[in-house]
Amino acid sequence: MSDETANGSGDDGEDRRDFLQLATYTVGAVGAALATWPIIDSINPPADVLALSSTEVDIEPIEEGQSITVVWRGRPVFIRHRTADEIEQAVSVSLADLPDPQSDADRTQKPEWLIMVGVCTHLGCIPIGQRETEPKGEFGGWFCPCHGSHYDTSGRIRKGPAPANLEVPAYSFLTDTTIKIG
Amino acid sequence: MKFGTNLILPVLDWVDYRLPVFSYARDNLIDYPTPKNLNYWWNFGSLAGILLMIMIITGFFLAINYSPHTEFAFASVEHVMRDVNYGWLLRFMHSNGASMFFVLVYIHMFRGLYYGSYKAPRELLWIIGVCIYLAMMGTAFMGYVLPWGQMSYWGATVITSLFSAVPIIGDTIVTWLWGGFVIDNNTLTRFFVGHYLMPAVIYMLVIVHMWALHQHKSNNPLGVDMKSTADSIPFHPYYTIKDMFGLGVFMIIYMGIVFFAPDMFGEPDNYIEANPLVTPPHIVPEWYFLPFYAILRSIENKLVGVIAMFAGVGILFALPWMDRCRVRSAKFRPIYRQFFWIFVFDCLVLGYIGAQAAVEPYVTIGRIATAYYFAHFLIVCPMICKFEKPLEPPESISSAILKSEQEKTAKGAG
Ligand code: HEM
Ligand code: FES
Repeated sequence: MSDETANGSGDDGEDRRDFLQLATYTVGAVGAALATWPIIDSINPPADVLALSSTEVDIEPIEEGQSITVVWRGRPVFIRHRTADEIEQAVSVSLADLPDPQSDADRTQKPEWLIMVGVCTHLGCIPIGQRETEPKGEFGGWFCPCHGSHYDTSGRIRKGPAPANLEVPAYSFLTDTTIKIG
Repeated sequence: MKFGTNLILPVLDWVDYRLPVFSYARDNLIDYPTPKNLNYWWNFGSLAGILLMIMIITGFFLAINYSPHTEFAFASVEHVMRDVNYGWLLRFMHSNGASMFFVLVYIHMFRGLYYGSYKAPRELLWIIGVCIYLAMMGTAFMGYVLPWGQMSYWGATVITSLFSAVPIIGDTIVTWLWGGFVIDNNTLTRFFVGHYLMPAVIYMLVIVHMWALHQHKSNNPLGVDMKSTADSIPFHPYYTIKDMFGLGVFMIIYMGIVFFAPDMFGEPDNYIEANPLVTPPHIVPEWYFLPFYAILRSIENKLVGVIAMFAGVGILFALPWMDRCRVRSAKFRPIYRQFFWIFVFDCLVLGYIGAQAAVEPYVTIGRIATAYYFAHFLIVCPMICKFEKPLEPPESISSAILKSEQEKTAKGAG
């Protein structure tokens, strides 16, 4: 495409120019890509948000069949002292019947204590069923009124649009009656 | 352009020679050739443009008094309503203006569907329109979060969580949107900035929309191109006056709502301050999102539901290639005309279903209406254009008008 006088050596000159051009574009593109990272990273959670780490809860006063809601990292965590009946229901389900198969034992450290993040895995509403008077859905656990997801007594999704079970956060028993979430 | 020779006018000439704003205005607003047969459905584009200005102005004066912080946002909106002089007027004009904006644009879009305005050579004009519509939805959504009421908060939760359905990177996207692990102050500030920025984007899109419009000029109820000067009249004074008349009618309705029913479109729950630990029992989005919300909810699978919802808007981009019938106006398309009205009805059904709880029979009706919505674009439109025998459109706009005038006189004489 170019006349060969400028570089003298014809094809050689063109190869070299093509190479320089390609190299320039590449360096420019990589540089631009790298420069976007600080901008993207700036919209990630800042350090103070990440620092809101753990919450300790005294679970002594929760009677069997009662639930409480505590706040952890700005989100509600359901702590339920399950009845024998509820545990029985949760354990007896065959894994094949579950949209997101997980055994009750995998979701609890002590069967009578069910601890999970109370945020519907569909689009983030808070399911109802914590209070005795609230509807608990078709499987006796929790019900999300936003788009009709039913969770069972182990907080597993059974029916409705939610794709996954209610999330179990990392927690540990500090003593028999205190837990630390996070 | 030559203005004249008195004292002031030569200055205008001086400017116009260097920056041809006056020539430009003359070519595009005054002498601009416009089809002489436009009906009132052609008023809605200019109405939308004027309302965009109203939104930008009222929005600016609201922002002066608003605090984008979770602790003050709700109270600052109440402060606007109670303490700021005419704050209630600014706020109600802005909130109801958003609803009216969607009313206008929906009519504007259905007008395009009926008269085939999306067809060659106006495909890009249509596509830019759909971009405007998407930008409007984003703007309206972010704006609704700002008062920080219960519906603001939970609407934002549900809508932003839609992105968590994206495989692999979904949760990362949601964290970016939120700036944390829940909707909180970081979310509110970025939504405020976004809501302030987006109208500028819409404004620029409207300029491009007008650019494309003026390339091939307006379509018209007959759907035939302007062929000679006999088919057109200058924009000014004919359409400036018609647009002003339309504006008057529109303002009566709009300000009627602002003064006498300002909470008509609102949700009472949004007068309760956001509470991250309690979801209101019945979450509904703003009415203009309802058809798409119905599509989302009619599909059990989360990912598929979200895809279907976005596809509901996205499919509009493809419309010019789904309906390839050469005849534009539904006036000459006996079959399409009927399916057009069925489609309008289907959209209304979807809107109604979107406002209902997710129980029978609404779920089933919603599924049928969703299926039909997509079938309209993917099956009905291509099929009609295969089998329909369109009527013969008139030779030109002026010949059609002449003919109907002659018929009238013939009848009058006979
Ligand atoms: C902020 C929103 C919008 C504004 C301010 C706007 C403005 C306008 C104006 C002033 C016109 C010329 C007058 C008229 O034909 O009514 C026009 C034409 C048009 N607009 Fe829009 N518009 C908007 C949104 C949209 C949307 C969402 C679509 C479609 C999805 C769209 C599609 C079209 C088409 C196809 C035309 C050409 C119509 C014809 O000449 O028949 N517009 N627009
Ligand atoms: S958010 Fe719970 S069902 Fe949709």
